[in-house]
Amino acid sequence: MQHVSAVREPLVTGGKTYHDVTVDVCRQVEAKPNVRWMAALSVALFFLGIFLYSVYRTLWYGIGEWGLNKTVGWAWDITNFVWWVGIGHAGTLISAVLLLFRQKWRSSINRAAEAMTIFAVICAAMFPVLHMGRPWLAYWVFPLQNTFGSLWANFNSPLLWDVFAISTYFTVSLVFWYTGLVPDFATIRDRAKGPIAKVAYSLLSMGWTGSAKHWSRYETVSLILAGVSTPLVLSVHTIVSMDFATSVVPGWHTTIFPPYFVAGAIFSGFAMVLTLMLITRVVFKLEDYITLEHIALMNKIMMITGSIVGVAYITEFFIAWYSQVEFEQYAFINRATGPYWWAYAAMMTCNVITPQLVWIRKVRYSIPLTFVLSIIVNIGMWFERFVIIVTSLHRDYLPSSWVMFSPTRIDIGIYVGTLGLFFTLFLLFAKFFPVINMAEVKTILKYTVDNGPTYTGVDPHAHAPHQTTTHGVPATAPVNYNKHD
Amino acid sequence: MTKRFALGIFEDEDVLLHAVENIRGAGVKIYEVFTPFPIHGMDDALGIERSRLPIAAFFYGMTGLAFALWMQIYMLGFDWPMIIGGKPHIALPAFIPVSFELTVFFTCHGMVITFYTISKLYPRWKTPVLDVRSTDDKFVVAIELNENSDLNGLTKLLRENGASEVNEKEMTKN
Repeated sequence: MQHVSAVREPLVTGGKTYHDVTVDVCRQVEAKPNVRWMAALSVALFFLGIFLYSVYRTLWYGIGEWGLNKTVGWAWDITNFVWWVGIGHAGTLISAVLLLFRQKWRSSINRAAEAMTIFAVICAAMFPVLHMGRPWLAYWVFPLQNTFGSLWANFNSPLLWDVFAISTYFTVSLVFWYTGLVPDFATIRDRAKGPIAKVAYSLLSMGWTGSAKHWSRYETVSLILAGVSTPLVLSVHTIVSMDFATSVVPGWHTTIFPPYFVAGAIFSGFAMVLTLMLITRVVFKLEDYITLEHIALMNKIMMITGSIVGVAYITEFFIAWYSQVEFEQYAFINRATGPYWWAYAAMMTCNVITPQLVWIRKVRYSIPLTFVLSIIVNIGMWFERFVIIVTSLHRDYLPSSWVMFSPTRIDIGIYVGTLGLFFTLFLLFAKFFPVINMAEVKTILKYTVDNGPTYTGVDPHAHAPHQTTTHGVPATAPVNYNKHD
Repeated sequence: MTKRFALGIFEDEDVLLHAVENIRGAGVKIYEVFTPFPIHGMDDALGIERSRLPIAAFFYGMTGLAFALWMQIYMLGFDWPMIIGGKPHIALPAFIPVSFELTVFFTCHGMVITFYTISKLYPRWKTPVLDVRSTDDKFVVAIELNENSDLNGLTKLLRENGASEVNEKEMTKN
């Protein structure tokens, strides 16, 4: 049994019973798709179409369709890759790190956040794969004994580390998410009326019946998965940052990158979670589950990680000066005052200054302001990656090679196209899968009802394993738990 | 094979937990308890042994680590040594990321595959359940019946321990 605090806000409002949770979450799955959802899906599919067209151009005509040049060999592609992978990190943070820290409020947002992780990683993977130019040979990144040449993959290369990190991250997130979904699929299966739904959810639910033995193992599996996912999520963006940090390019060659990138990833990820949750809670009428308290808590995490990122920006500048390396110093002066000053200014404003508004309680609890803020942070974090990548490359050691980068229509098309891909996947998820982890919300429900728990039943020590003799324990436990029927 | 069950339906998990203890205390064997969510203390009440999955997970992880180190050392150190940046062929610090990732990969997938296998969870066209409400808001205690079972006695026992209803159900198990 848990200790219940009288001063904490309830995690679920509206005095829900177990059955209410089932009904509220399954409503969307069981109902016919509504007009708003269809409209949203059409827009997403339109952008997905742009994506497919841009991919076709890239594959048919080659990487020349992109705005890359001899000096700036990495630009929007890697910017978008890091941006998307970073967004994914919030989902794992919510599902794994907050589970280990016993933050019960995560229960109502973890499902959607994990879905976001998986879809974001899918979007991220598009960029390096397309940048290969010949994606049908993408399997060459794996260490296969070569009928292709005489070499193994180079395990000293951070790009190969990335292959392992991203594939592990994607598959681990996927099975973690799916295992969590199985009991909820069983709930939908047992409520299903139509024959197609019955079969589909029966297949998805893997024959889950909710037996005590299965639950016992399920909890063990969740805990271990959370335990391995926690270092995993930190390692993934660390390794992404090593793509830059292990190089000798001024502006990239910094030891601060791993923690700085991880903080930035969580920062942008929480911004995206907020954007999605603010829409989801209204569209699917889940305000009782994703409460203002949740929004305020996520805002706080966003603000803290944003401040860490801010400190990292300043530290980088300090170290550039302190190192006395003139190339390093030039790279940073050029970032702030060179031809890309506007990108730098956008990054500083969006990532360091605006999130500080969250210190004000009114802002933290305001839905419209949070929504605007979360969009601003996502824009800022995109500019951060753009600044790091493009400004470090565009003026290299040889002034005759100095150039500017400008994206082509295809660059832009692939980027907005992945947004279409992301939202298509998310909308399909939101319609056909339970967006809230019902089983997990039910476990916290009793202790979080509106007017506080009124359960004053049995002494918890009576559950001690050896006390199986029945004498002394009342046949019917006195239960005063008010179910608000 | 068709089996008959007495199903005690409970409304509250704390009542259920006590009922389970009392029923087992009365010497009745519980076939299975079905609940919509995990209940803390149920393992002890039912006498379910602690899962050995964490031990399995540890060994999967060690397998992954060993495999990753062997793969990298064999490929770059012995099978086709190459000079990369003038560094040693077996550059262990550079092998850390891949070794870590494969450790996690093996731990996670090994454990999850084991979990689904030992729990006999696999996609099925139809999933027979004893009471469909047990995935929604009801807690179901299933007691297997045979020709000697005293159904009235069981009903009384379940009722006394807080069951809101007691049903009898047959189920064909393969």
